[in-house]
Amino acid sequence: MAAPGTFALHGWDWLQLFGQFLLLSLLSVGGALTTAPEMHRYLVLQQRWLSEAQFSNSITLAQAAPGPNILFVALLGWNLGMNSGGPLLALAGVVLSLTGILLPSTIVTHLASQWGHRNRHLRPVRAFKQGMAPVVIGLMLATGWILARASQAGGKAWPLGLLTAATALLIWRTRLHVLWLLGAGALLGVLGLV
Amino acid sequence: MSEGKPLPENPAGPRSLADLFLSFSWLALQGFGGVMAVAQRELVERKRWLSRAAFLEEWAVAQIMPGPNVMNLSLVIGGRSFGWRGALAAMAGMLTLPLLLVLLLAVAYGRFGTHPAVARALRGMGAVAAGLIMAAALRLSGGLKGHPLGGPASAALAVGAFGGVALLHWPMPFVLLGLGSVACLATYVRLDP
Repeated sequence: MAAPGTFALHGWDWLQLFGQFLLLSLLSVGGALTTAPEMHRYLVLQQRWLSEAQFSNSITLAQAAPGPNILFVALLGWNLGMNSGGPLLALAGVVLSLTGILLPSTIVTHLASQWGHRNRHLRPVRAFKQGMAPVVIGLMLATGWILARASQAGGKAWPLGLLTAATALLIWRTRLHVLWLLGAGALLGVLGLV
Repeated sequence: MSEGKPLPENPAGPRSLADLFLSFSWLALQGFGGVMAVAQRELVERKRWLSRAAFLEEWAVAQIMPGPNVMNLSLVIGGRSFGWRGALAAMAGMLTLPLLLVLLLAVAYGRFGTHPAVARALRGMGAVAAGLIMAAALRLSGGLKGHPLGGPASAALAVGAFGGVALLHWPMPFVLLGLGSVACLATYVRLDP
């Protein structure tokens, strides 16, 4: 059942995975996708629980579907379960991964937002809110870069890189709807142009 | 940034937990490639649950706190009206239907994904998805203009974070804590008490 070159998860592995996601949840400042590079390092490179293609397809499917981007984590869990046995484990993987990635951040954010709202005039609160902004932006760019590299694996690196750059420019500078670009990407892929 | 009187307590806020759940479900189902752009239009302009200024303030918190931005935004808005139960209702709305949809997609992909045309289509969409995230970062970078550290220093921090993670492959948590604490301390020093 497992994708070629990947290992199935057994017993303790699931717990280890859950712990890793709990930890990443607390570090997922700037959005779910900023943890994608770390998940990639852990799941694909270190543990070999997921293939390169499974990882990047999880992100792509989640981006193509409506809803929050965090759903890529549900798909990672789905693939981990499929690699380890089948649909039932896959559903367990979805629940485990989503709970792990959301539980700590939800608790922290809920408490902090109420505290921060009461104390928003304080200098440390303002310094934190404003100080993190440039680092968060840099991390988001890095995420885009790493995803672009992953999408280029096994494809034509140049045209794919150009497609990424064109998308970034168009969405940044125009009001073009995302769906047009996702459709264009799919079409260019089917035609074998990228 | 958020000086002045407290936010008015959502004059036209969500009416009930069910209202929160359904509103955020509807919002999430419109969000292709991310929910952020839809969130502003839906919550501020159509539902008028928040003023534009209040939205920006909540957005800054959602952005800076750990967790997915739009999930944080929903939990902060839900939490402000109905406490914990509101936060959970809003988050459940954001997740439930989109999760079912994306799992259906995954099953379909498992069945047809080995077809070379599907693989190529996904590769093309993957390149686009990477560009979408970069565009979101570039849009946000416009907000650095009035940054207390000044343009060049904040740009250097952003480039440093990018280079460390993307090019040098440093673990993201180190970059976040290391560069982040430098940035926050420097900002603290620059801010008026």
